[in-house]
Amino acid sequence: MQYMLLIAGDETAAEHAEDGCEGWSEEMLERGVIRGGGGLRPPNEATTVRVRDAQVLLTDGPFADTKEQIGGFCLIDCKDLDEAIEIAAKHPAAGYGTIEIRPMLGP
Amino acid sequence: MTPVEDAVARAFREEWGQIVATLIRVTGDWDLAEECAQDAFTAALDRWRRDGVPRRPGAWLTTTARNRATDRLRRAALGAAKLRELAAMPDTTADPAEPDADDVPDDRLRLMFTCCHPALDLDAQVALTLRTLAGLSAAEIARAFLVAEPAMAKRLTRAKQKIRHAAIPYRVPPAHLLPERLPGVLAVLYLLFNEGYSASAGADPIRRDLTTEAIRLARVLDRLMPDEPEAAGLLALMLLHDSRRDARTDAAGDLVTLEHQDRGRWDRAAIAEGTRLLRGALRRGRPGPYQVQAAIAACHAEATRPQDTDWPQIAALYGRLAALVPSAVVALNRAVAVGMADGPEAGLALLDEPAVSGALRAYHLLPAARADLLRRAGRTDEAADAYRAARELAPTDAERRHLTRMIAELG
Repeated sequence: MQYMLLIAGDETAAEHAEDGCEGWSEEMLERGVIRGGGGLRPPNEATTVRVRDAQVLLTDGPFADTKEQIGGFCLIDCKDLDEAIEIAAKHPAAGYGTIEIRPMLGP
Repeated sequence: MTPVEDAVARAFREEWGQIVATLIRVTGDWDLAEECAQDAFTAALDRWRRDGVPRRPGAWLTTTARNRATDRLRRAALGAAKLRELAAMPDTTADPAEPDADDVPDDRLRLMFTCCHPALDLDAQVALTLRTLAGLSAAEIARAFLVAEPAMAKRLTRAKQKIRHAAIPYRVPPAHLLPERLPGVLAVLYLLFNEGYSASAGADPIRRDLTTEAIRLARVLDRLMPDEPEAAGLLALMLLHDSRRDARTDAAGDLVTLEHQDRGRWDRAAIAEGTRLLRGALRRGRPGPYQVQAAIAACHAEATRPQDTDWPQIAALYGRLAALVPSAVVALNRAVAVGMADGPEAGLALLDEPAVSGALRAYHLLPAARADLLRRAGRTDEAADAYRAARELAPTDAERRHLTRMIAELG
C-alpha cells in the first residue's frame, strides 16, 4: 500500500525546517519504505495555478490561507494503515506539527 | 413465531457475527460478507422448514454463506486467489471439531478490533460494530441513535470504504499495540450498553436490545481475551448494572432511584455472575477503570438494604477511579459518595470545586446531586431551587417527572 504523508504545521514549525529527521530517514530507508519526499520552502513563496476557459490564472500564495500549512511530504510504501501510522508517529514533525496520512489511489 | 422461525432467529443472534467475521477474513470484502450471510439466513428459513433444523445451525449457515460467496466470486470471474482460499476452508458441516480451539484466533475478535480501529470516527465504530457483529440493520441502528436511515447507511458505507481503501488491517493488534487498542473496543461496547441502559422504559424496544447486544459482545470479548482483566471488568460492570433493570422503573415508566428500588427485583443470577467475574479479574492485580466501576456497582449490589451500603468503600473506590480517569463526572459521583459517607456538607464542598461545578454547568445531574445533598443537610429551600435547576436541564420526561416529585416531597 502506498500512502502520502502530508506534513503540516503553523508558522512556528518553520524553526524546525533545518532540523533534519533525527535518524527517521535513515531508519525508513533501511526498512525500504520510502518512495520519495522532502521539505518545502514556506507557503508565502507558493504560486497556485488554475486554468479556466483556457486562461491560466495565477495566485500568489498557497491553496488556502489556513493556520496550518504543508511543510513537507513523504511517499511511503508499507503493509497497511497500522504500519503507516507507526511510520508517521515516529517522524519528528509529528511532535510539533500534524501529519495527514492519505492512501494513494490504486494503480 | 413458528419453531423454524424461532430457530433462525436464535441462530441469527448467536451466529451472525461469526459468519460475517469469517467471510470478511476469507473474501476481504465486507459488503459481500454481509450479503452472503443475509442470503444464508434467508435460505435457512426455507430449507429448515422443508428439511428440519440442522443439528449444528451455525455450521450449516457458515457453509451456505461460504458457498454463496464462492458462487458470487466465480460469477464475477475474479478473485482467483480468494476462490482458492474459500475452497481450502474446512467444511464445517463435515467437521464437528470445536471451532473455538485456543490456537485459532476467533474471527469475531479480528472484526471487533477492526470495527473499533482508532482511525475510524467513534460514531462509525459504534455503527459498524452493531451492523457486522450484532447484525442490526442500518435502519435499526439509525433508530437507536436517532439518526435518519440514509445518513446511517452512508456512515456505514464510508467506514467500510475507508477500511478497504486505507488498508486498515483485519487483525487483532500485536501485543505491543494492545494496550492502546483494547480500551477503544471496551469503550465502544460500554457506549452501546449505556445507549440502551440510559433510555427510559417505554422507549423504542431496540434500546433494550442494545444492552443485550453489548453484554453478548462483552461476553465474547471476555471469553476470547481471558488474560485481559479489563474485559472481564467491563462484562462484570454491565451485568451488575443490568441486574437492576426491572427495578429501575416503576409501572408508569418513571425512574426509581437506587435508594428506593425494590431490591427483591434485582437479578440475583446476574449479580452473582458479575461479582464472580470481578473477583477473578481483580486477582490478576491489574486494576483498571472498568474493574473499579464494577467494584462500585458490586458494593451497591451486595447491600441488602440502602442503609447497609458501604459508602466509605464506595467513596474510596471513586477516589481510585478519579486517579485512573480524571473526569468531572467521576468527581461528581465521588462527591455524592463522600456526602453519604462523611455527611452532606463534605459532599457539597467537593461539588463546589471548580473542576466539578465549572465543567458540568449544563449537566442536569450536577444540580440534582447538589439538591439531594442539600435535602439531606436539611437546607430545604436551597434543595428545591437546585431540583428546579436540574429539571430545566433534564433531557427526558421520566427524569423531569422524577425531579418534580422530589420538589413536591420537599413540601
